[in-house]
Amino acid sequence: MKITTGLATAALLASTSLSANAETLRWARAGDSLTLDPHAQNEGPTHTLAHQIYEPLIIRDMSGAFQAALATDWAPKEDDPTVWVFNLRQGVTYHDGAEFTAEDVVFSINRAKTDDSGMKELLGSIVEVRAVDDHTVEFVTDGPNPILPSNLTNLFMMDSGWAEANDTVKVQDVDGGETTYATTNTNGTGAFKLVSREPDVRTVLERNDDYWGMDEFPMEVSEIIYTPIQNAATRVAALLSGEVDFIQDVPVQDLQRVADSDGLVVKTAAQNRTIFFGMHLGPDDIENDNVEGENPLADIRVRRAMNMAIDRDAIKQVVMRGQSEPAGMIAPPFVNGWTEEMDSSVSTDVEAGKALMAEAGYEDGFSIQLDCPNDRYINDEAICQAAVGMLGQIGVTVNLDAKPKAQHFPLISSGGTDFYMLGWGVPTYDSEYVFNFLVHTRSDEIGTWNATGYSNAELDAKIASLASETDLDKRNATIADIWSTVQDDVLYLPIHHQVLNWGMTESVGTEVSPEDDPKMKFFTMN
Amino acid sequence: MSDSTAKQPEPVAPSRLRKVWESDFVYSFRHAPVAVVAASMVTLMVLSALFAPLIAPHNPFDPATLNLMNGFTPPMEPNAFTGEVFLLGTDDQGRDVFSTILYGMRISLFVGFAAVTLAMVLGVTLGLLAGYIGGWTETIIMRIADMQLTFPAILVAMLIFGIAKGITPPEYRNDMAIWVLILAIGLSDWVQFARVVRGATMVEKNREYVQAARLIGRRPVSIMVRHILPNVLNPVLVIATISLALAIIAEATLSFLGVGAPPTQPSLGTLIRIGQGFLFSGEWWILFFPACTLLVLALSVNLLGDWLRDALNPRLK
Repeated sequence: MKITTGLATAALLASTSLSANAETLRWARAGDSLTLDPHAQNEGPTHTLAHQIYEPLIIRDMSGAFQAALATDWAPKEDDPTVWVFNLRQGVTYHDGAEFTAEDVVFSINRAKTDDSGMKELLGSIVEVRAVDDHTVEFVTDGPNPILPSNLTNLFMMDSGWAEANDTVKVQDVDGGETTYATTNTNGTGAFKLVSREPDVRTVLERNDDYWGMDEFPMEVSEIIYTPIQNAATRVAALLSGEVDFIQDVPVQDLQRVADSDGLVVKTAAQNRTIFFGMHLGPDDIENDNVEGENPLADIRVRRAMNMAIDRDAIKQVVMRGQSEPAGMIAPPFVNGWTEEMDSSVSTDVEAGKALMAEAGYEDGFSIQLDCPNDRYINDEAICQAAVGMLGQIGVTVNLDAKPKAQHFPLISSGGTDFYMLGWGVPTYDSEYVFNFLVHTRSDEIGTWNATGYSNAELDAKIASLASETDLDKRNATIADIWSTVQDDVLYLPIHHQVLNWGMTESVGTEVSPEDDPKMKFFTMN
Repeated sequence: MSDSTAKQPEPVAPSRLRKVWESDFVYSFRHAPVAVVAASMVTLMVLSALFAPLIAPHNPFDPATLNLMNGFTPPMEPNAFTGEVFLLGTDDQGRDVFSTILYGMRISLFVGFAAVTLAMVLGVTLGLLAGYIGGWTETIIMRIADMQLTFPAILVAMLIFGIAKGITPPEYRNDMAIWVLILAIGLSDWVQFARVVRGATMVEKNREYVQAARLIGRRPVSIMVRHILPNVLNPVLVIATISLALAIIAEATLSFLGVGAPPTQPSLGTLIRIGQGFLFSGEWWILFFPACTLLVLALSVNLLGDWLRDALNPRLK
């Protein structure tokens, strides 16, 4: 009898201590991660999921500030500014038990520099990565690169032994439709381990109790169940009914409703992301229009007319219900190089737009297909639809084709679209990142998201000079110079800077990160 | 004898119209209030869809005439920015809901009628062939029909829609969407017709009049079309009516799922999909009015089909 009581008490104790510790976070957002391969895609939701499982050398915490992750400290070498020295954290193990060493850093950086990688633009300046000893790594750049650390905050470390054993040394070729072992399996050092994954349906993670930061971070979430819910109304319903605890994208029309509900909170912050339209202006003729033998988008008057036709204030007032900041440039105010003047440089003028269209020889207009995602940005499809009406007023007949981002993004990276919506966040908080991906002439190494076909050798040279310019004033002058060309040439049609609205139950404690990338190790659960 | 005929007034030969009015068919219609109401609703809706450009205050399919600032105006209340008033309010793009319903109903009805016609032509032809010729022809046709029945019709329609969309050049995609919908729904719905017609044909082809026709040397095609077809048409008419309701709903379902009519040319289903996003935020009218219209339309056609089935079934008299 005594023994049984003792056992029962022990069991009771065990169960209470377990329940105090076991906090499941049910998390939903519109779209899923595109792949678990940490270097295959440079895309927000993909990185956000990867951040739970894998870790970079340096992360940004929930407020956007640098924080040591797998590196404990980093600095340029005193006698040689082209070398950055990173001291690595000791005693870190991967989920499979292997130790994290300098070899893995060398392996991961080299892997992320290969052709199929989506991260290679960030590493363009790196000439060599070498392991000095097991826990020291040197990055050699082709010139002094003062902003190298900010390029590494989404660069995840993989175990070289695991990659070799599982034949995933090569980065998954997403555009080529490839899937590899790393697409669905992970072995990171992060705070959570992958339990199961069904793409677009459900991904389950559990807390990694051997995590090096168990005592440094709240680590109160013991299990994460991540469900993409594309439909806005369904997503809100899931939060309202208690089916999920945290949604990353409360639809703007439902903010009040969620905020007024008992036990639910909405937290709002300006996001480091700008939404814009890209135009295939480079070639002499394009596929998806009704003009034979010429490319209307190549005419700057047409682009300026289209820029004038878009009524950003109406989009803010009606489509976004005030939850956006109309933009005149494709970088948000967070970014070094942003100016108030450029950001407020466009105004709506339909009559002037019509006149420009006529001047360009398109008084009867033309028609073109607009490719738009419907599960990536806030109200993405509704913005596109509004643009259809606005462009219609200057005679541009837009055929809207809205589809999930998994089909939309390959169109941009493979050049299969002539007019598209894209949103760009700037994790480095510096214009160089924008230029490297969106402005530089497209090649295998750089400009991979520049689907405009724009190519300006002079501008490319200026962009290349940014990486090694140590005189910050001079560097900023070059940045301003590049921006003025981008603005004058109307490379993109900026729409707005996004505002983030996270919805959660009162028990979930977190601040809103400007990059929309919740890292669950920082979450508290009451 | 001659006297009596002279005395009594010549019985007036009943006029053609009167004959129709007093026929069993119309009699049963007149005495089925549900059918009368349903028929008048359908007529009203078909007419208002036909004359939509005359009735509708706006043309919602011309994006250039829209003013986004009119968005989310409640019914019969002035808009906060523009002061304009709309009978049933406006949707998220500033489109007048009343006009979009009229134009949307046009698409829904057109797709419904065209898809049913396609399914009927296809199904009746194949059913006649299968029932009359028999043998391998019958086996092949009916096994294909059986196979198709194992998939839900909506899945077949989605499959056809996906393939057709993939092979249409992008600049025609929006214009083609309606025709692709018709094709998808029509091809997913022919089986019903084929099965019924085949069954009826198998019964009819052994009747004396068919044998007589065969004996005097009429060709099979002419026997099928001139002799058998008229005798198997009654059930086809009933299926067609009920299929019409189903086709309208299938179109709405596909559009609701986002694979049907494009958002810039909304059908009733697309409108409901758009409105569904604003269920929680209080803009009920964007969903409510198109959904009611769809409900009334589908219900009326269905009730009419039900009544037709009873009226044409001699055993129920």
